Amino acid sequence: MWRGDTTFVLENLILKDFRIRYRNMSLGVFWSLLNPLVMMVVLTFVFTLIFPSPSPDFPIFVLCGLIPVNFFGMAWSNGTSSITDNAGLIKRVPMPGEIVPVASVLSNCLHLLIQIGLLLALTLAWGKSVNPNWIWLPAVLVLFVGFVCGLALLFSGLHVYVRDTRYAVESANTMVFWLVPVMYSHAMVPRQFVGIYELNPVAAVVMAMRDILLDARAPRTVLMIKLAAATAVMLMAGHFVFSRLRKGFYRHL
Amino acid sequence: MTGTNVIELDNVSKWFRRHMGPKLVRDHIRDLFRTPADQRFYAVRNVSFNVARGERVALVGRNGAGKSTLLSLIAGLATPDSGAIRVNGRIAALMELGAGFHYDLTGTENVLLNASLLGLSRKRARELYPAIVEFSGIGEFIHEPLRTYSSGMVMRLAFSVASHVEADILIVDEVIAVGDQQFHEKCIEKLREQHREGRTLLFVSHSPGVVLEFCDRAIWLDHGEVMADGPASQVLSVYSGHSAGV
Repeated sequence: MWRGDTTFVLENLILKDFRIRYRNMSLGVFWSLLNPLVMMVVLTFVFTLIFPSPSPDFPIFVLCGLIPVNFFGMAWSNGTSSITDNAGLIKRVPMPGEIVPVASVLSNCLHLLIQIGLLLALTLAWGKSVNPNWIWLPAVLVLFVGFVCGLALLFSGLHVYVRDTRYAVESANTMVFWLVPVMYSHAMVPRQFVGIYELNPVAAVVMAMRDILLDARAPRTVLMIKLAAATAVMLMAGHFVFSRLRKGFYRHL
Repeated sequence: MTGTNVIELDNVSKWFRRHMGPKLVRDHIRDLFRTPADQRFYAVRNVSFNVARGERVALVGRNGAGKSTLLSLIAGLATPDSGAIRVNGRIAALMELGAGFHYDLTGTENVLLNASLLGLSRKRARELYPAIVEFSGIGEFIHEPLRTYSSGMVMRLAFSVASHVEADILIVDEVIAVGDQQFHEKCIEKLREQHREGRTLLFVSHSPGVVLEFCDRAIWLDHGEVMADGPASQVLSVYSGHSAGV
């Protein structure tokens, strides 16, 4: 029944999130850069001067982990509460509800892109050069964002019915930070757990980014296939669950 | 869909339970162990009526009679628990004063956001933008954040956007009651213009004056059921007689 312009709505909702977030910050977009930089400096101190360093290029190495994990955490938790945060919209404006969690994830992508820009600049400053395998980066990021969109659809729907979902997501995010090779390398993971690690798309993205930026090689085909499969499954599951749950939104919001 | 009808409701019901608000895990667990006393109440019960193209229909009734739920069902915001609703045409629903408006965004930003939500394309939104701002009478304030507006200004802007959406059916829930006399007349004039263009109007109003002045037909709802349906003056006199009796 709604015959509007989906991309126009998405654009306006993303701009809205972005404007609200930055209009009240004097340093604006600079905050997006500051947080990963500070973390990088602190972790580099800890992992070169206190603990043995897992990589000779530790600052770049750790940023390859921090940036995807930070994005994942923010986008997943914002996405989860997006439907309840926009209850007025869902209950009062007839439009496809799926747009809301997807817009919430995509508005976090602006930060992701700014931070990826920072990462590429630091990679070059570190003495690495541009290599042809950089063309894999957009593919990895698109799959990653797609995966998070599916996750946001699923959890935003659940959150309407069970309002603790957000807290579960926040706890899960803390676990993700340690279970993804951010401060250690993939090679240090005991062999029997490697298969499980690769099934985690966030870990897969971190590994792929390190392959591309540090080792100047294309991500392994198996890794990309697993990432693409996880994305496809999560998008389908998210869409399926959301469309089922959506019928009850009016009652439960 | 038969003949000239744009809206057909066939035995539509929608119920709620008393404890249906936000729930935590512990509430769900408690529900598992508690035998559910059936505390359903019907917001809308066995409602059937048709609306023909170009009709102007008012829904009247007391607070909590199910008017807003019925409009939400027709607008597709809620799904009926039984019965069927058929709608033929594009709906613009103004269910709440500035639903989807954000107070940190400027007037312009809110107009574009709202226009997109109501279903305007990017191109049409740009084309209609000057007319929307002009109609609202907001003037220079359009570039200021919404939180600097008076509630009347927010209302004017919201009505202005909704009334510029090219819909076949305009659904308005009680919002034209706000605003000053001058703008009120402007709204009525705008609705008349839409009627002349062949649009169907469905609205909730607590003002008998507006209903009599503007509607061909009224439907009186009480406890979710249709009590009377017919020419506006007749339905209103039955309704006001009933209210006086209580």
